[in-house]
Amino acid sequence: MMKRIDAIAIIAEEAESQDALLVGNIGFPSRELCVVHDCTSNFYMLGSMGLASSIGLGLALARPDKRVITLHGDGAVLMNLGSLATIADQHAEDYLLIILDNGCYGSTGCQPTCTSRKADLARIAAGAGVSEVATVSKPEELRLAVRGKGVLVVKVEKGNEKVPVIDLSPEEIIERFMARSAPPSPSS
Amino acid sequence: MKEINPTEAVYGGMKRAGIDFVASVPCVNLQELLCLVESDPEMMHVPVTREEEGVGICAGAYLGGRRPALLMQNSGLGNSVNALASLNGLYSIPLLMIISHRGGKGEPIVGQIPMGKSTPKLLDVLEIPRFAPTLAEAEKSVAQAWDLAQADGTPTAILLDIEFWRSD
Repeated sequence: MMKRIDAIAIIAEEAESQDALLVGNIGFPSRELCVVHDCTSNFYMLGSMGLASSIGLGLALARPDKRVITLHGDGAVLMNLGSLATIADQHAEDYLLIILDNGCYGSTGCQPTCTSRKADLARIAAGAGVSEVATVSKPEELRLAVRGKGVLVVKVEKGNEKVPVIDLSPEEIIERFMARSAPPSPSS
Repeated sequence: MKEINPTEAVYGGMKRAGIDFVASVPCVNLQELLCLVESDPEMMHVPVTREEEGVGICAGAYLGGRRPALLMQNSGLGNSVNALASLNGLYSIPLLMIISHRGGKGEPIVGQIPMGKSTPKLLDVLEIPRFAPTLAEAEKSVAQAWDLAQADGTPTAILLDIEFWRSD
């Protein structure tokens, strides 16, 4: 298994080469993303735990011409399992939901989640109707799988890097992101 | 002159506002409006599993340049509080919420009453502007609620109680 920050570095590098928009989950995943690969096409979620998969879906539906990748966590996606059914239902043009699964609530002291015991997020996603589902744990598998769509579960080690909180205001995050994510001329 | 009905008034307001993206959780009072939205080629309609999910999807759609609305029952406001504050509130993301407000006069379901009472106060605490138009005001009010949402970067709420839906 990889450290989460190493998985995030691979995903961010691939996302940039695909010219993808990247939505980062609340807490350490966004903080680690900001340290390893800050760029204007990253949206850092600072609140609303559980909603990364939904924000990414809304964006992917609004911009079928853009590739969208969401970085979720196992604890966060367990809060919003219904979003997997909606993702399956909606057939967004080019959307990949990545779940970094370390089996714990990493940002709050590593309390175990249900995925550390019985819950299998890939099977839940498949059961929700997502047709493309994969699970990887090695860097070279991840690099290939990040080119796909649907749901990708990445098994990573527990633990956080010592990274600072994101030194950008919510206004700065959304303003620079929307310069990339919104169409050049308003839709109406 | 043909009289406008509640559903047409609300839909007319959404059209006037240029709403082009709708997430929804159904309410019996919204059923005809949901049919109009579903069949409108200018509106992308995303039925969601829970209202908070709809708040997230609408925020994402706004990031992608859309004008989003969330159709739901007022019970769903309770399911959305954290997202309305720490997503829309934090990043100043606009959202038009069209809410079937249950639990008032004429409510047949006792379970609707507690949340029905709390709904206006909950919106006030969240500093979300709310409007409860009459049938005659509804089209204009819905359009203005979106304009305000966009201008101020905030969610806004249209509360439509049982009497509103019976007012044709």
